Amino acid sequence: MVPTGAYLMVSAIIFSIGAVGVLTRRSALIIFMCVELMLNSVNLTLIALSRQWGNFNGQIFVFMIMAVAAAEVAVGLAILIAHMRHSKTTNIDEINLLKW
Amino acid sequence: MSLAFFAVIAAISIAAAIGVISSRQPVHSALFLLTNFATLAVLYITLDAQFLAATQVIIYAGGIVILILFVIMLLGSEDLPADESRPWTAWAGIVLGIIMLGGIATGTMGAFDSVEIPTTELADGTIVSQLEGGVPKAVGMELFTKYLLPFEMTAILILVALLGALLLGRRPEGESPLDNEQLAETSGD
Repeated sequence: MVPTGAYLMVSAIIFSIGAVGVLTRRSALIIFMCVELMLNSVNLTLIALSRQWGNFNGQIFVFMIMAVAAAEVAVGLAILIAHMRHSKTTNIDEINLLKW
Repeated sequence: MSLAFFAVIAAISIAAAIGVISSRQPVHSALFLLTNFATLAVLYITLDAQFLAATQVIIYAGGIVILILFVIMLLGSEDLPADESRPWTAWAGIVLGIIMLGGIATGTMGAFDSVEIPTTELADGTIVSQLEGGVPKAVGMELFTKYLLPFEMTAILILVALLGALLLGRRPEGESPLDNEQLAETSGD
């Protein structure tokens, strides 16, 4: 049986890759995908620890995270489309109307 | 044997994640994301979470990636510009990512080596996991008895998100699809 620490390590690597993507890329769509990467890495952590402790708490939490992530992607992409209607750019450096 | 299988699937997953953040075209990033989701679903099956593996494929691979591809289609898949505002941005991001990974790894490296995974012994002596493989019946028993309230609130959350996305995606009053410049050009000739 594969040790739990191995799954946690894979999850940490994917989380770091997602975080680097959010910091480095400037297109809003790519940032969305990197946020989904981070959410999935946390899902992997929760399921691995659910097996570690032998109860279903982690798996139920992952179920809730999946539902919330689906809702968040729908609303986030709707916001992006609404913004693109009058701005024609997905570059987050140029989405700065609220900047003081 | 299972360790070798896990190593191969984890390597594919990490390579796909690197592909997501380093692709020039958004469509390539979306396909790398799809690969990452599929490999994670395989890892869930090895972790006694079969219902969640199916849910992962249905919701993430079959819903969210399709949504992202639709948005890429609507917004026009332009090649993302390669010039950064500052040339050292990518390197700063990678260094910060390595520092964060080191911090997480020192906390989780070998954390559970001495803790045993609990198993139960059936009547005929076979040893099974307490999660019963994560089959829908076992998850459902837990979800509909102990976690009934969060389940119903998730339904309300999805309804609110649906209404919100619908409202945000509407065109402003008085604007027809033919006001779009591209459509006007193509219908002109």
